[in-house]
Amino acid sequence: MKNYDKYVLIFPLLLWLFLFLVLPYLFILTQSVLATDDFGKVVYDLNFDSYIKIFTNPLYYETLIRTFIYAIIVALACILLSLPLAYFIAFKVTKNKSFYYTLIVLPFWMSYIVRAYAWKVILGENGIFNSSLINMGIIDKPLRFVLYSDFSVILCLIYIFLPFVCIPIYTSFEQISKSLVEASKDLGANSWVTFRKVIFPLILPGVISGGTLALVLTLGDFLAASLLGGPNTLFISSIVQNLFGTSNDKPLGSAVGVVLLILVFIVLELSSRYEKKHETQ
Amino acid sequence: MKKIRAFIISFSAFSVLWFLYFPIFIIIWFSFNKESVSSFPIEHYSLDWYIKLFHNQSMINAVEVSFIIAISSTLAALIIGIPSAYALHKYNYFGKNFLLKLILLPITLPGIVTGVAMLSLFPLMGIPLSLKAVFIGHTTFLIAIMITQILARFKKLDPYLEMAAFDLGASPLQAFFKVILPNIKTAIIGAVLLSLVLSMDEIPVTFFLISRENTLPIEIYGMMRRGITPEVNAVATLVFLISSAAIFISLKFNKEN
Repeated sequence: MKNYDKYVLIFPLLLWLFLFLVLPYLFILTQSVLATDDFGKVVYDLNFDSYIKIFTNPLYYETLIRTFIYAIIVALACILLSLPLAYFIAFKVTKNKSFYYTLIVLPFWMSYIVRAYAWKVILGENGIFNSSLINMGIIDKPLRFVLYSDFSVILCLIYIFLPFVCIPIYTSFEQISKSLVEASKDLGANSWVTFRKVIFPLILPGVISGGTLALVLTLGDFLAASLLGGPNTLFISSIVQNLFGTSNDKPLGSAVGVVLLILVFIVLELSSRYEKKHETQ
Repeated sequence: MKKIRAFIISFSAFSVLWFLYFPIFIIIWFSFNKESVSSFPIEHYSLDWYIKLFHNQSMINAVEVSFIIAISSTLAALIIGIPSAYALHKYNYFGKNFLLKLILLPITLPGIVTGVAMLSLFPLMGIPLSLKAVFIGHTTFLIAIMITQILARFKKLDPYLEMAAFDLGASPLQAFFKVILPNIKTAIIGAVLLSLVLSMDEIPVTFFLISRENTLPIEIYGMMRRGITPEVNAVATLVFLISSAAIFISLKFNKEN
């Protein structure tokens, strides 16, 4: 009877995951080595053309590299912005700490689309940014590069993913015992040395896991590029979106998707290995 | 010197907080702008955009669709999630660690890949691109949320609670409904609220599975692609207020433990 329960309880989950998660993933893996006929219909003709295209056509491999560099920029910027805020809340705030904590958690759950839209209002040609600069007499024509460019997409992604990085960094700051910091100061270390030698190594796992999240999320994002990007802004995920939409080349789209998945897996694996290594030390 | 450093730290902390919140304030502020151009400063205030919003039929439909999808997929995720979280906590399985990783895939892997994978296979399985497909897509990632949230609570639960119930003569079902369930109640309420918020906000998967009827974020996405319309400011303000309320409640429930 007991053993019977054990499998009955878990069966719906296994069935659901198999049908709606494992099968779709196996399917695009298969689709990535198929071809299309002249009408864009997928035909069952095994080949690796899509993968060859990705690694020989600069449109694909350059976009992949560029997106990766942008993702690193986004992750680093999020880390740099999170450090003072998380440090401040963990060490300097004494009253209303939970209020400040809520302030960094709230945007984490806030609508993506609403937050992306805000930057369109701010950076647009008649937006707050340009009209304030014009009113102040700093410029006389709206600056156009601030919206519909790689710049605006990166800024928006930093904005959206900042809470994902700030929360784990704050958590690791919070776990540091205050007596360690006092001990370091008693032993004659100044604040900078204390931060670099005592605090920073202790928050590094939080920094790494937050940074990894921002990196992976940027790699998979196609919305910011399509909302705030210019005609030349191309992220790897926008290519996937295009290949499954207007360009209608599903095998190639699947292959780019698979390459993206592998990249994400490598990043996640490296980061979790690092964390494990850190735990054992 | 010490004062200067303290000043620099708090100044940069508040600048970052400002960066997090000023775009939201801008939207709320401009939703009361009478003019349709969002330039600065605002000359006349009005509620015109809110009134327009309540007469926008496609927006009203989108809100309805979003609610239907969010509630149905949260329910489905609950029905699948609670028994499996309980079983995963209580029993050992062959390949359990692998299963736990698999459950998390829809939230760890890029949504776009999950979206195009479902888009490619679902029609072949007899599920046309429709709200039904969106429901399945949402349920798949909400299961991950449910199981991780509820499993975390199970781990904190005193293992002797259930044994005590059995010793006192409770049947397994009685023990579950009278002892276990009341103890994980707040975790479930928290997880339900988070699931509703996440489903209402989901785009990457929905984008590929939708046919004619839009969900709210997809409708806003469409409006944004057509240009800035202050109606979006008004709907964004409402979305912000409602989701903040849900988040506050769910944080409260999570803290109660």
